[in-house]
Amino acid sequence: MRARLLALVLLLMLAGCSSGGTRDDGRITLRFQSLAWQEESVEANKRLVKEWNAAHPDVRVEYVQGSWDSVHDQLLTAFEGGEAPDVIHDASDDLADFAYGGYLADLTGLLPARLKSDIPRRSWETATFGNGVYGVPFLQEPRVLIANATWLRRSGVRIPTPKEPWSWAEFRRITERLSGPGKYGVAWPLKEPVSATLNLSLSAGGQLFHRGPDGKVTVRFGAADQVVPRTIHDQANTDRSASPTTLGSGGSDTLPGFFAGRYAMVPLGFSYRQQIVQQAPKGFDWQVLPAPAGAGGLTQGVSPQTLSIAEDCPHKKEAAAFLDFLLRPPNMVRLALGDWMLPTGTQALRDSALRTTRHGWATGAALAAQLRPAPAQTVRGYPEWKDKVATPALQEYYSGAIGLGALRERLEGDGNLVLARYQR
Amino acid sequence: MRISRAARVGQYTALLAYLVFLAFPFLWLVSTAFKPPRELGSLHPTWIPKDPTLGNFRQAFDEQPLLHAAFNSLIAALGAAVVAVLIATPMAYVVARRRTRLAKAVTGWVVVSQAFPFVLLIIPLFLVLKNLRLINSVPGLVLVYVVWALPFALWMLAGYVRAVPPELEEAAAVDGAGRVRTLVSVTAPLLAPGIVATGLFAFITAWNEFFFALVLLKTPEKQTLPVVLTHFIGAEGVADLGPLAAAAFLATLPSLVVFAIIQRRITGGMLTGAVKS
Repeated sequence: MRARLLALVLLLMLAGCSSGGTRDDGRITLRFQSLAWQEESVEANKRLVKEWNAAHPDVRVEYVQGSWDSVHDQLLTAFEGGEAPDVIHDASDDLADFAYGGYLADLTGLLPARLKSDIPRRSWETATFGNGVYGVPFLQEPRVLIANATWLRRSGVRIPTPKEPWSWAEFRRITERLSGPGKYGVAWPLKEPVSATLNLSLSAGGQLFHRGPDGKVTVRFGAADQVVPRTIHDQANTDRSASPTTLGSGGSDTLPGFFAGRYAMVPLGFSYRQQIVQQAPKGFDWQVLPAPAGAGGLTQGVSPQTLSIAEDCPHKKEAAAFLDFLLRPPNMVRLALGDWMLPTGTQALRDSALRTTRHGWATGAALAAQLRPAPAQTVRGYPEWKDKVATPALQEYYSGAIGLGALRERLEGDGNLVLARYQR
Repeated sequence: MRISRAARVGQYTALLAYLVFLAFPFLWLVSTAFKPPRELGSLHPTWIPKDPTLGNFRQAFDEQPLLHAAFNSLIAALGAAVVAVLIATPMAYVVARRRTRLAKAVTGWVVVSQAFPFVLLIIPLFLVLKNLRLINSVPGLVLVYVVWALPFALWMLAGYVRAVPPELEEAAAVDGAGRVRTLVSVTAPLLAPGIVATGLFAFITAWNEFFFALVLLKTPEKQTLPVVLTHFIGAEGVADLGPLAAAAFLATLPSLVVFAIIQRRITGGMLTGAVKS
């Protein structure tokens, strides 16, 4: 928080002082800041940069390691200090400030037609702000159920598939059936409850944020929005089929209990499979199941990873050519495999490496067409609404401290007051 | 005052519990650094890895430029320590020897300045460094660390100066030594332990510092160890725990070793002059 506060103050004090960040020493040099962090992902990125440099001696790309933990503050100060990388890896839900702030280049006229048509419109929407496109969405991950396959098989429950997923009601019945003394059908890691709840609520037809004809957004916590939170609440507090202790945990924290046979299922991001492959005890049989579906089918909200070009970059054409190279279908597949995520590109998604049943790739790939922009993607004031209103309200609701009525009152009453301040 | 046996046992038990509490994170870090991934995911973790591995260290070095980052940290910490001591020593002498209102005010200001939040300090520093073109440079970071370490270094050294009997300096003056000569030949040698302790204190604080380094250093070749450690953390706080623990363990070692060597002197430095003889 301090760093963020600092960055904002610096933003005000130093506006207009930037001076461009690309170095030229006879030939063009582009700095590519990647947020890849897993071993295979870092390796895939570095190899692609190496291949580019070998094929393009006049346009050299420097690999710069960034960090998810501090990317927003680091980029903000970098933009202001005139030290921004030329090619920027980030997530779509972090781009709005930079796009509206004029720090990122509009890619509309820079990208080749091949790339534009390869990525579905719904993915482009996540990086479109106003009339411009400020990032190429290239990797995304749905939330899936990672299940103890042996436990599920022995229990005799119907195993869901993307074609025949569980409904939310069925999911609740099944987790109740799987539970017993000291054992739970599901362990929800809800340290960050807002994005998980909102993104999954799309499957039940939930929308929560409603844009009026005047363009202003209001929060309405309707019946469809209540399906997912109510299911989680009831699993944890009524059925006792969800472990109450994991509600405040991160995804990784639930894995030891999952491996030890305490929980039959854990809803996690698709990329968590890498940790499971690494950490699961030998002989532990697990499988990937689609998240439950509702009135909205298997639809889910996602904030894809993006690649952008800094507005200050003096060689935007060359930077766009590098993006084109990095995101060619075979390369996109390599990046997706390295990050254990799904590519947005339709051609890459067809690759057999991403269609194998091994490690649940096929299940994830089958969900790709159902992924939509996260509901909060373009809502101004969302971060404050999330931190001050929705996170504590959902945490209290999931823990059983407040009921659905109070949750609704908080999300709508307090929430709309917050959003209104941003929409005057 | 006689302390009963039960009270003594209680004291030692409390002390032992406190030591265990202090040591726990470090011992856990060491244990994690040597565990293979499968043991990291165990619900019943053990202190001693069942199947110890150096794989985490290998991976940490393969993925991140740890040695280069350690070199940057070393330069920044050494630079900060040397400059802080060079500036703080004459200042401490004046503050300790000249018991004027000004010296008292300076001491008061030094103490108060320790309460400033970083965010207040870094904005003027950032602006100054930008004008000096020292953003994204290790010398710029050294400058910040000096400013940061100076108040405490001054306070600490002033205690050492007060412990040197003024009579020795008066004797040197009687023998014809000038003020500078007295300071260099008489006072400085007696201050040596304090200077070393203060310098090493500045070194350790700079070595471990994260916030300023994160904000001021932009390019990877300039980054220090604490900043590079964050590269093992992914989106939503997911961490590559094994390599992160291995790298963090290595990053902790230098300051632990240095601290182990100088801790007596630091304690002595802080207490020197506390009691009037």
